[in-house]
Amino acid sequence: METVVFALLNGLIYGLLLFMLSSGLTLIFSMMGVLNFAHASFYMLGAYFAFTLGQHTGFWFALFLAPICVGAAGACVERWGLRKVHARGHVAELLFTFGLAYVIEELVKIIWGKFAVAYEIPPELNFSLFKLFGSQYPAYRIFMLVVSIAMLAGLWYLLKRTRIGLIIQASLTHPNMVAHLGHNVPRIFMLVFAAGCALAGLAGVIGGNYLVTEPSMAFSIGPIVFVVVVVGGMGSLEGAFIASLLIGFLQTFAISIDSSFAEIFSFAGLSADGDVGRITIASLAPMLPFILLVLMLMLRPRGLMGEREF
Amino acid sequence: MTDYSLDRVPDLAPSARYKFATRVLPLLLLALILLSIPLFEPSRTWLSLFNAIGINMVFALSYNMLLGQAGLLSFGHAVYFGLGGYAAMHGMNAIENASYDGGIWAAFPMFGLPLVGFAGGALAGALIGFPSCRRSDVPFAMISLGIAELVAAAGFMFISVFGGEEGITGDRMNGIELFGLSLGPLGDVYWFIAFWTFVGVALMYAFTRTPLGKMAQAVRDNPERVKFVGYNPNRVRYLVFIAAGGFAGLAGGMSAVNYEIFTPESLSVIPSGLVLLMAFIGGARYFAGPILGAVVLTYMQSNLSDYSEAWLLYLGLLFIGMILFAPGGLAGLLLSGTAALKHSLSVKGLLRVGAFASSALLAAAGIIVLVELAVRYSNGFGEAFEPFGLHLAPDQMMSWVVGLVLAGVGIGALKVLSKQGGMGS
Amino acid sequence: MSKGVVWKANLTALLLSASVISAEADGVKIGYIDPLSGPFGSTGDAGLKHFRYAANEINAAGGMGGMQVEVIGFDNKLNPKESLVQLQKAIDQGVRFVVQGNGSSAANALTDAIAKHNKRNPGEEVLFLNYAAVDPALTNKKCNYWHFRFDAHVDMKMAGLTDWLQNQKDIKTAYILAQDYSFGRAFTDAAKSMITEKRPDMKIVGAELHPIGRVKDFTPYVQKMMSAKADVVLTGNWGTDMTLLVKAANASGHQVPYLTFYGGGLGAPTAMGQSAVGLVKQITEFHENIEASDEQMARVDDFEEVNNLDYYYERVFTLMNMLDKAIDGVGSVDVPKIAATLEGMTYETPYGEVTMRADDHQLIQPLYISTFSEGVERDVENTGFGFETDIAIPAAATELPTTCKMRRPS
Repeated sequence: METVVFALLNGLIYGLLLFMLSSGLTLIFSMMGVLNFAHASFYMLGAYFAFTLGQHTGFWFALFLAPICVGAAGACVERWGLRKVHARGHVAELLFTFGLAYVIEELVKIIWGKFAVAYEIPPELNFSLFKLFGSQYPAYRIFMLVVSIAMLAGLWYLLKRTRIGLIIQASLTHPNMVAHLGHNVPRIFMLVFAAGCALAGLAGVIGGNYLVTEPSMAFSIGPIVFVVVVVGGMGSLEGAFIASLLIGFLQTFAISIDSSFAEIFSFAGLSADGDVGRITIASLAPMLPFILLVLMLMLRPRGLMGEREF
Repeated sequence: MTDYSLDRVPDLAPSARYKFATRVLPLLLLALILLSIPLFEPSRTWLSLFNAIGINMVFALSYNMLLGQAGLLSFGHAVYFGLGGYAAMHGMNAIENASYDGGIWAAFPMFGLPLVGFAGGALAGALIGFPSCRRSDVPFAMISLGIAELVAAAGFMFISVFGGEEGITGDRMNGIELFGLSLGPLGDVYWFIAFWTFVGVALMYAFTRTPLGKMAQAVRDNPERVKFVGYNPNRVRYLVFIAAGGFAGLAGGMSAVNYEIFTPESLSVIPSGLVLLMAFIGGARYFAGPILGAVVLTYMQSNLSDYSEAWLLYLGLLFIGMILFAPGGLAGLLLSGTAALKHSLSVKGLLRVGAFASSALLAAAGIIVLVELAVRYSNGFGEAFEPFGLHLAPDQMMSWVVGLVLAGVGIGALKVLSKQGGMGS
Repeated sequence: MSKGVVWKANLTALLLSASVISAEADGVKIGYIDPLSGPFGSTGDAGLKHFRYAANEINAAGGMGGMQVEVIGFDNKLNPKESLVQLQKAIDQGVRFVVQGNGSSAANALTDAIAKHNKRNPGEEVLFLNYAAVDPALTNKKCNYWHFRFDAHVDMKMAGLTDWLQNQKDIKTAYILAQDYSFGRAFTDAAKSMITEKRPDMKIVGAELHPIGRVKDFTPYVQKMMSAKADVVLTGNWGTDMTLLVKAANASGHQVPYLTFYGGGLGAPTAMGQSAVGLVKQITEFHENIEASDEQMARVDDFEEVNNLDYYYERVFTLMNMLDKAIDGVGSVDVPKIAATLEGMTYETPYGEVTMRADDHQLIQPLYISTFSEGVERDVENTGFGFETDIAIPAAATELPTTCKMRRPS
């Protein structure tokens, strides 16, 4: 019971953090077909911006300002970089963002140094909210929960209930038609890219102090974000949401299972001394998303809720 | 008896002279370069650099079989390099054991280990490629990324095969000697690497001339048309994938003999990313592109770090610059430069190319000054950047202005020049 | 004295001084092969600054055997193969002493390659002075004559930690968490066997390995520890894996000691901050609040002022000073002789006497267990927090038997 409750709670929080990161990428990916390799770098920029701004304005202003700055950076990248390679196809765009990830990491090292920075949880939120089975539950996690759910709701409202959302949705599926109707599609692309980056930045603001803010944080979380987007499916925020939670739950549950392959497959005579028998389910947990990715692409390439194959 | 209909059609086939100049001559040149390098009596540093370049040449070319020829973007090509290398490494230890205890491996010369690597890489390609080659474009790239992550993690888990973090080591001075090379001193190893580099390059070049190589290009450009003419694009991709895996394994085998160690890191996404950079910066559209890329990047990797700790930033900037402005890579730049000269071998033409080159240099110098200043400023030890006897301190406004002006003038000149109609006509 | 003899003596003196001059021109070159760029560049950079500072100190005092010392950095990008490329570069530049510390994989590659090089190129021998790679195998199964280690290895540090556990009778259960690679496994194995040996009454309620650098949220691990009712956690984690673990432990209110090797590693105190206070213990040969002479404290202060970096690697100074002593004794850069002199050498550091054990070339030095605390005299990384000694373990107590069968060149 205890294990299940904890796994559910932790999986939920981790899943929601993943969703915040991947929702922006899903938007960008479905609209422009760009699988932005540098997306996690914008997440990192969010954390660093919040750290620097927070020193002057405090956490709460930084919470709003940092994503805006990240969005502006994203807009610049789109306007003067991606747009140029757009005509040469998706592979060129993918390569461009791949190089961008390198450059952003090196720039961050130059600007903020190579070590982790002391970006900490604001004192107002640094207390434990309740106790569960003898373990404290920090308030900041609930705050993360609230922010991500608010973001989900806001995004849903924007896309489904406003005119801008309508145009964006139309550009997702019929970009040419939208252009014929007189909308400036490149500008919509730029705005979507900026908004996607801003969402990643927001994830950075609230994830950077919960985890660690350091130059390699983008590299370590980047691949998982792809997994979420691909598993969730092209053009589907709902898919990304489900995939994030799925991965969150999958990982946390796997960690709580201690049995090794030797125990599970003992009927097949697997010994605990061998390399295979020694592996426990828990130690496989961080690899599960990639197994999911490969299986999903092979068996159901459109993802969980994708509207089309990519 | 003459067939008039044939007489009247102009002969479009390339002349023997043209064929020789484009197909045989470059390979002869490569052989000549490889043979003449030892005449200069290179130091240990240079020899080990040449060996690394040879390995990377074969690796980058094998990567370009996927990227350039078949249009498949892979983020996990090091998997085949690594698995081939591990196969060769186990072969090396088997030879060593057989030299004491006897056995079938005793008859296998150390010199032939890259063949074991080839077999290992091709086998891995056949196994992994089968499911992943059914997709192309971005899904293929994502599958390759996922598999690379999985294999890299497995590399650390299965200690008996991969040796854990410290990898497995061997001694190349065992077994039968071929060509009188004991493979002990670096000079011997150079001949070993040169031989296999040449074999690898020649074979991969030959591959581009085969029907399969040509079909691969067709699949890259228009898979639908390929289907219409009766080929299965997935199958073509799969076969190319196996060949690319094999040649990556060959490079892995060369690496195993050169370094006498293989670690699971060589399976990871980092070398996979590096080989992508090599192929692309060199020029994925040209056969010789990855060779250039391998030379430049290997040199940068082992020597640029002596001069600047920001070498990764330069690498990233170079890569982005290539994508934005020179998608043909270094090979493309060289070709268009020589084409421009050939086209109008006049003072004006020379001036144009010269103007392009010098403004690019100016811009690069400006960016380098800015980056180096920034690095020193952020380190905060009060060091100054001192190129060519200049003294540029990061705490002086003047130094930054120098960098900004250089970069601004260079970039501005490049813009004006390219508005006037590119480097060519 | 006949004229001829005087003339001869003069010539000898001239030749001698000429040889001294040429040796001085060569100097002693030390090749520092460690990551200087990339994700671990910062760690390597810090090590290099320690070596450069020590070299300057020695040069100011007349150099090693009268020769000036130069430390040349070579960036191996934490990659074993690149380490070998850089080794060739270093040898070409006249380096006869290679120092390295980050990553046991690079250390294993280097020790192997240097042994082969010395066998294949007699007269050009190279020494490998290891200042931080702690794989026990390096001075046990894989020991070789040309490798000297100046850091206590995994088993020695674990022996220290378990000695401390022996006296903590109210701690009844232990949990072991480490990264899933050779060091992590060596850590886990050592912890299991030593706890069972020294505290048979103690129960190991969990031993877990997790993939290195891939876990983002350690809360599930911490909650496993809490539901297993662990009284103490032993972890071999370092870097981000270490700081994330401590942050998660603090957030979940897991108030038990965390015994670590790298709790004070460069950058970790800043990242952990308040969350580690009272929780994290480390075992090291140095932290700033160990009592020492004013002279040593002045050196620490000066180092920090010059480099804008915490003084962390006392063993770098031990290494350099012992090499200095050896070269002073031999009088020239005769590597086999220097190696022979280093064997069994004792040296008085500011924190006690150390010995380079001849059997396996492992330095035996005093170790300290300390706790990350608030309100200490000297803080780390300007955080306001620092380490406070719990116990000091004398050098002799850290000594462990070795399986090394040292083969010396004849």
